[in-house]
Amino acid sequence: MTVSTDPNFAAYEAQRLRSRWVERIMKNLTRAFAYFSIIVTVGITLILIYESFSFFDRLAKEGISWTQLFTETEWTPLFNPPKFGIIVIIVGTLMTTVIAMIVALPIGLLSAVFLSEYAPPKVRAVLKPTLEILAGVPTVVYGFFALLVITPILQKIIPGGDEVVAGLNALSAGFVMGIMIIPLVASLSEDAIYAVPNLLREGAYAVGATKFETTVSVVIPSALSGIVSAFILAVSRAVGETMIVSLAAGQSPILNFNPLDSVMTITAFIVQVSLGDTPTDSLAFYTIFFAGFVLFVMTLILNILADWFVRRYRLIY
Amino acid sequence: MTVDISPTEVNFRADYDRRKLTTNIFMGVSFFATIFGLFFLGLLLYDVLKQGLPYLNWRFLTTFPSRNPADAGVLSALVGSIWLMLLIPFFAFPLGIGAAIFMEEYADRDEWYNRALEINISNLAGVPSIIYGLLGLELYVRILEPLTKGRTLLAGALTLSTLVLPVVIISSREAIRSVPQEIREAAYSVGATKWQSIWYHVLPMAFPGILTGTILALSRAIGETAPLITLGALTFIAFLPPWPVTTAVNEQGLVVIEKVSLGLGSFIQALQTPFTALPIQIFNWASRPQAEFHAVSAAAIIVLLLLLVAMNSVAILLRARFQQRK
Repeated sequence: MTVSTDPNFAAYEAQRLRSRWVERIMKNLTRAFAYFSIIVTVGITLILIYESFSFFDRLAKEGISWTQLFTETEWTPLFNPPKFGIIVIIVGTLMTTVIAMIVALPIGLLSAVFLSEYAPPKVRAVLKPTLEILAGVPTVVYGFFALLVITPILQKIIPGGDEVVAGLNALSAGFVMGIMIIPLVASLSEDAIYAVPNLLREGAYAVGATKFETTVSVVIPSALSGIVSAFILAVSRAVGETMIVSLAAGQSPILNFNPLDSVMTITAFIVQVSLGDTPTDSLAFYTIFFAGFVLFVMTLILNILADWFVRRYRLIY
Repeated sequence: MTVDISPTEVNFRADYDRRKLTTNIFMGVSFFATIFGLFFLGLLLYDVLKQGLPYLNWRFLTTFPSRNPADAGVLSALVGSIWLMLLIPFFAFPLGIGAAIFMEEYADRDEWYNRALEINISNLAGVPSIIYGLLGLELYVRILEPLTKGRTLLAGALTLSTLVLPVVIISSREAIRSVPQEIREAAYSVGATKWQSIWYHVLPMAFPGILTGTILALSRAIGETAPLITLGALTFIAFLPPWPVTTAVNEQGLVVIEKVSLGLGSFIQALQTPFTALPIQIFNWASRPQAEFHAVSAAAIIVLLLLLVAMNSVAILLRARFQQRK
């Protein structure tokens, strides 16, 4: 075998070797970057589980039975004696979520139908990005809006005024949260509706259906898996929303089913403790990790459910 | 001439008018549903401008918060937000774009661990932001305390970077995926390695898309409040990070520049100062009982919204510029 003595060949070989090294390094570096996201997930899970164990450990040390979590109807970890009826903040979270969904789901779905089925292209080109602005407004601004604009309006229009409608209430927080979530529902549902092939619509028109009948009995059922998944993601978003509820829904530690009264959500509780000067090794401090764990599990289940729904019931055209 | 109309035909005609009406009503209802949200957006902007504009002036931008609403300023929050805006890309963009490159170009999607990676990232994008605050509190504030010195700018920037990472990855992947396969094949055919094809051809073509997605992610991070509150960012800060200049407050309550300090030491010191940011300041003022503070809060909202509009305009301009060149 002869080795080439051409200097150009040697330079080429050196460069080729260098490129191969760069290739190898960059491949592994980007791989490490990608797997960093796994570390984040594992980190979140471990931290929440570990600190929840610390919470139960503390609870046992202070002689409080863990069954209190399910039997108590007050949630006052910061008071003395503390009470841990987690049902209070779960009900609070569900209540603001339900109110938000009553606003966001129908309006979001109708917007999606209008944008994809009815709007002329020019109107759509203006309305769609404008609707997206709603999703870009920071949540703290919505909190301000709920507390200082919507609540006074509610106090004016609901009979009884501020005797009936508390300054901090679930209704105004839930309502504004619903408005914030409209673009999420609208754009995900629209994607699903857009994916329905025109052949189906034309088939419906051919047998004499009107546009409304086509939309309701052909288009929406065909896009249902995507729409349901959009709804579930909207619920997950509402459950985890923080600033609107901490500003406008209040911090009531008592079990309450009246939407015109103050409620405390899981997220609002975490904010309440974080803002206070709770010592970092007290029972109350570990409570926020336990509350965070409950929240994490709730949203995780919802997100998995949404994903499963899309995969399981997707119609393939 | 008379036409015999059978009874079913009459029924059909009458029914047809009703069905036509239903369609039109439905169209009207769905139109109003679409502008319903926009109406409240308009109401929000109107109210914020009405309350906030009287308080918005140069003094408001250049003084520290105060117990007295008339003297309250937004300087420390604005500077904190700008610091975060500059630090987050430093952490999140290389990490996010790198991960996107790996997942689009290198990863073999038939392997279960690479599919797990994809599911993991889409799940991370759905985790509530306040959970990232708990992660930041434990990881960046407590475990990495020797590095971050507790509840500081660095810890805040790291937390928000982690928060937007999934969004950066997802949008960068979409941009990279939209580059035609032929570009890569052409690069290989003249002897480029995979990385050379990515670095010299795929990334420049995907750049406008990546840029738009990442700037949108950044603007989301700037508006986030919950993770910073959980992290324990303070709500009352009357000093600035000591880089690039150190500042002091004179007798009139105005902030004056003491001296220029561009050294690395003061930069690291700046990273390790406690901080506040615009959304936290807005939250703090809005939750006070006095109406004057609500107006101050509205003024701070205007500043925040202007910052977001500026960032989004930059994204749109840059994209237009790069697309023209192509």
